[in-house]
Amino acid sequence: MSGSRPASTGNVARRRRVDRLATVAVHATVLVAAIPLLLLVSYVTIKGIRMISVPFLTDPLPLSARRKSGGIGPAIVGTLLCTALAAAMAIPLGVLGAVYLNEYGKTSRTASALRFLANVLAGVPSIVMGLFVYTVYVLRFEGSGRNAFAGAMALACLMLPIIIRSSEEMLRLVPDNLREASMALGASRSRTILTVVLPAALPGITSGAMLAIARAAGETAPVLFTIGYATKANWNPFSGPNTTLSQFIFGNAGQPFSAAVDRAWGAAFTLIVLVLVLTIGSRAVAARFASR
Amino acid sequence: MREPAPQPSAPQRSGRVPTRVGLGDRSFRLLALLAGVLVLVILALIVVSTTNQALPAFRHMGFRFFTSSRWAPPEDEYGALSFIYGTAVVSVLALVLAVPVSLGLAVYLSEIAPAKARSAVIYAIDLLAAVPSVVWGLWGFLVLRSPMQDFYQRLSDLLSPLPLVGRLFEGPVSGLSFATAGTILALMITPIITSLSREVMDTVPAAQKEAAWALGSTRWEMIRGAVWPYSRGGIIGAVVLGLGRAMGETIAVALVIGSSGQITARLFAAGDALPSQIANQFNESEGLFRSALIALGVTLFFFTIVVNLGARALIARSTRHVRGVAR
Repeated sequence: MSGSRPASTGNVARRRRVDRLATVAVHATVLVAAIPLLLLVSYVTIKGIRMISVPFLTDPLPLSARRKSGGIGPAIVGTLLCTALAAAMAIPLGVLGAVYLNEYGKTSRTASALRFLANVLAGVPSIVMGLFVYTVYVLRFEGSGRNAFAGAMALACLMLPIIIRSSEEMLRLVPDNLREASMALGASRSRTILTVVLPAALPGITSGAMLAIARAAGETAPVLFTIGYATKANWNPFSGPNTTLSQFIFGNAGQPFSAAVDRAWGAAFTLIVLVLVLTIGSRAVAARFASR
Repeated sequence: MREPAPQPSAPQRSGRVPTRVGLGDRSFRLLALLAGVLVLVILALIVVSTTNQALPAFRHMGFRFFTSSRWAPPEDEYGALSFIYGTAVVSVLALVLAVPVSLGLAVYLSEIAPAKARSAVIYAIDLLAAVPSVVWGLWGFLVLRSPMQDFYQRLSDLLSPLPLVGRLFEGPVSGLSFATAGTILALMITPIITSLSREVMDTVPAAQKEAAWALGSTRWEMIRGAVWPYSRGGIIGAVVLGLGRAMGETIAVALVIGSSGQITARLFAAGDALPSQIANQFNESEGLFRSALIALGVTLFFFTIVVNLGARALIARSTRHVRGVAR
């Protein structure tokens, strides 16, 4: 081990100095990472919280960025709708895929190949997911293909590999004794999975799914070309354009009007609160799982 | 990467065992397999459908799409080189800034931090990871821009007279630039590099560390002599994975890079990157222009895939090597 070379030289004072210097440098990196985070969170809170009011959270979007009035209600509706729909698609499929990998495929060639592909899919940039859904879905409908469902599909593609990987990790933690006990009682394999293995892994799977939802709720690039833009709340995901908070922030950040910028801060605060609730919730679920 | 599950081979593997594998059981297995295969279907569809839409632009430009830096939609000239260059510059810059901080954080978390501080820092890193891209962009665009411009001006006055590297810092400086995009990206990829590196460092066997302590090492010598050689491969993989993430990051970069495609050594100048050009132009494009933007997406897709596969290969090789040592 070449790294232990300094230990043989006698210069103890110098070695102590180097050690202290390194310790200081390591502590400094904690500060370097913490300061921007604090700045960002406090800025968004200070600028955003004054915007928050019931009308702001429920009113339709302003027809022009210049106007003082108007809220972000439709964007909140769009974010919730898109994210919920994406979750409804990606979670069952992702968990099922993980069941295949961990309960059936295991170390088989098919399972290894699918695991590899899930990793590849996880590395695809989110904007490419948006372009993908644009080319396979939006283009088919000659101008009316932009809706919440299209946005949800793009988000679901993003969530799918995250859910597969986290669910498989959680299924692997389920002890084999449980499976063997169930099989020994005569339960079929599918029954064992559905009534023994999945319930045992449920808290972990939930925690991973919530993280994936948090990630999807904040994404802009996948919805940019797929959901269009609506100023009124649209609860129908399959017809008519929609709007998400992230897209609204992106559209208003560059506006020269202070009213638009204020609305962007308000929307950013709302979005951060939404994402943090999901993230912290997922940690709480995971912590409960760990303490069992 | 994955331990082979140490369990007795499942009974139905040996075909002669007369277990009752009912219809429901088989269809459930098939359903699960189909869900797994969906990943393959999506990837194949991504490649086929986007490439298909990008073909008109690729045909029109030929290989010049990658070698020309002239991007002039009104004249149907689409050379992507300046965007490819911009993506490379901001991602490398992000790594240069993020890697020292991430490694410091990882060392702090796995070797130095007391339990309480450790969980607080992990929590903060989770928050850092949870901040949406567009919020980073908003903050960078509205808040960071003008202090950054002052800072760049001072840095430029100080460093531009230097030989060779001075060119990187030459003015005129802009608050929205390669450097700002690189800084924001660095903040965004710090959590992923930190958490992966920490996981790798946590796998260093206690025996190796104790051996270093027993030889009279200081803590830093223990980290350099026992932790680093053992986790180097995995850390390099984590860094490359961070690179892949930085290359594909769109919205934050679109807001702070300045949106002016150019190839220049000046880090404080406005530029543009592949994903941000797509995000900013797509909804105002049509025909060949739109096809060219999708072609940028295809280019980005293949770059990130190559980088990600490289990272996975590095991680897999290092863990195999590590397991070999442990045995």
